[in-house]
Amino acid sequence: MPSVSSPQDLPARPRPGVFSRLGHALRDPVLIEPAIIALGALIVAAAVFSLFLLVLGKSPATFFSLVWMGGFSSWFSIQNALQRAAPLILTGLAFAIPARIGLTLLGAEGALVLGGLTAATIALPLQHWSLPALVILPVMASAAILVGALWMGLAGWLKHARGVNETISSLLLTYIAIAIASFLIEGPFRDPASANKPSTQPLGPDLRIGEMFGSSVHWGLAAGLVLAFVLWFLMARTTFGFAARITGGNLRAAQGQGLAVGRLLLTCCAIAGGCAGLAGFFEVAAIHGQANASLAAGYGFTGILVAFLARQNPLAVVPVAVLFGALDAAGGLVQRRMEMPDATMLVLQGVIFLVLLVSDTCYGRLPFLNYTRSGDRT
Amino acid sequence: MSQSDLMIVLYAMIGGAIRVSTPFLFVALGECLTEKSGRINLGLEGTLILGAMVGYAVSYNSGSPWLGVLAAGGGGIVMGAAHGWICKLPKVNDIAVGLAFMSLGTGLAFFFGKPYIQPSAPRLQSLPLGGWSQNPQVQQALSVNPLFFVGILLAIALWWGLRNTRAGLTVRMVGDSAASARAMGVNINMVRLLATAAGGFLAGVGGAFLSLSYPGSWSEGLSSGQGLMAVALVIFARWNPLRCVLAALLFGAAGALGPSLQSIGISYGYHFFNAAPYILTLGIMVASARSKSAAKEAPRELSIVK
Repeated sequence: MPSVSSPQDLPARPRPGVFSRLGHALRDPVLIEPAIIALGALIVAAAVFSLFLLVLGKSPATFFSLVWMGGFSSWFSIQNALQRAAPLILTGLAFAIPARIGLTLLGAEGALVLGGLTAATIALPLQHWSLPALVILPVMASAAILVGALWMGLAGWLKHARGVNETISSLLLTYIAIAIASFLIEGPFRDPASANKPSTQPLGPDLRIGEMFGSSVHWGLAAGLVLAFVLWFLMARTTFGFAARITGGNLRAAQGQGLAVGRLLLTCCAIAGGCAGLAGFFEVAAIHGQANASLAAGYGFTGILVAFLARQNPLAVVPVAVLFGALDAAGGLVQRRMEMPDATMLVLQGVIFLVLLVSDTCYGRLPFLNYTRSGDRT
Repeated sequence: MSQSDLMIVLYAMIGGAIRVSTPFLFVALGECLTEKSGRINLGLEGTLILGAMVGYAVSYNSGSPWLGVLAAGGGGIVMGAAHGWICKLPKVNDIAVGLAFMSLGTGLAFFFGKPYIQPSAPRLQSLPLGGWSQNPQVQQALSVNPLFFVGILLAIALWWGLRNTRAGLTVRMVGDSAASARAMGVNINMVRLLATAAGGFLAGVGGAFLSLSYPGSWSEGLSSGQGLMAVALVIFARWNPLRCVLAALLFGAAGALGPSLQSIGISYGYHFFNAAPYILTLGIMVASARSKSAAKEAPRELSIVK
């Protein structure tokens, strides 16, 4: 019979130092693989887009230097980028959270528009009763969150109760939301003074959310950062998040374990809708000051791309949102200096999206990573 | 509402249903073929917009609208084949790739379509089938684009072909059981790539109809989810090309509701009536989800019904 050595018999190994632990972490596929593949995808997408520019006879070098100038080079452009990153963080979270539970939910644009409209209209009677802004602003934000949560919760409920495919239903709900908003903005809630561009009545100056610390970046960015951290904690460090990730990994196993799958699905959808609704609140209270067609600016759709690039990790959503905010901010500059249509950035986004999805095929196949060491990779 | 108003709305609805349904019909037939092979292509929305732009641009530059239709189909083939090729890579999700093509197709169409918003390109001529009637509304309702009839013939051909030909059997087998198809020596990736490319061709033609017949000009707001609704329509039609025709007509009628009411001066709630097709789609999806007969007819390899 072979002798079994107990752990006490083994010679004590020296405790690994900081550098060796760091080296260990850097070779851990779970941590480093998504970063390598996402960065690689961005580089390849930039190369593909350069090729596209070369075919059109434009200079890729000019393009990328303009993106740098418009998005990162000065404090002014960085503020511009952060300003646009704020809604993108929230809509990115709105895609990432349901994705962790296995739902491809695209309704952020609709929830954002309805949330913004709700915030803009609920403020008017409160303003009329001359309540202080410190009361009205939280009411506006909660109403926007609630409407967004209900709207996206609807897609989750249809999925759970009726088995309706959530991707298609949430996109249809987005079109319906925009139609409802256009109807209300051009009909009952229209400010008669808005002649050319139908809008709701403008908010009073005390209801406009100011900028943070003397910058031109509004508080939506802070809200996005806090929510990103809170939702990361929720998904990664709590039983709720664990249950949600199990459900996303294997629905049958989750049901077999007796998890309340329906409640988990609905909660994730409602969180997503709440994030998008909050983004709508900040767009109204910090940028537009009223609800109009500018609310449907496509943040909800760009958020999908942000979440994909962040691999549905709430913390990674933040830097990716800043990157896309910078691209968005540089759009005008590229348009003017290179005489290219505003759809240039749409093409770039499409290319990044596509290359990114193709890069999914590299997972588990990078030759220089030792996959067997870390056990299961989820 | 008087009797004559009702007749005007009715005529406008019939004519509108025929006109509005044609792009639905083409996209739905294309998606039907793709889904029969076991893949879903949500990117047809992007293909539709790109097709509309390419069709309009080629018609403007060559002077021949039919050449534009062909070119739009060609653009659709490229998009579909790219989708089919990318989806064969392991670990790649076909729904997500569809979303990417939706955004890429829209981006490319807006990028290259800028110079074509102003100029007017030669349109496809409609066939005046209402000549027997003195009533101008009937005449207007029955001036039908030949592409509508092409679509109906295509639906019959597709229905017959899927049932009775060897190629149709192969497509159905790949869509129902990839393992059996592989055991029979069929190259499933190639079959799906061809089915997606053919689906892309039809969606491109549907897009050309949008810009060259009805509404009949190129603008960035031309398509508003028709490609996407067509995907839901295929599920509603239970993957049967003949039922796709009926479903497309129903969706066309819903889409024509807003403009018809406007023609007699009812414009209140215009946006609501414009949302009618989306609400109808959603209602149909809710009603037809989890139905046993639908589940029986669904291609087994399809990711959205699993």
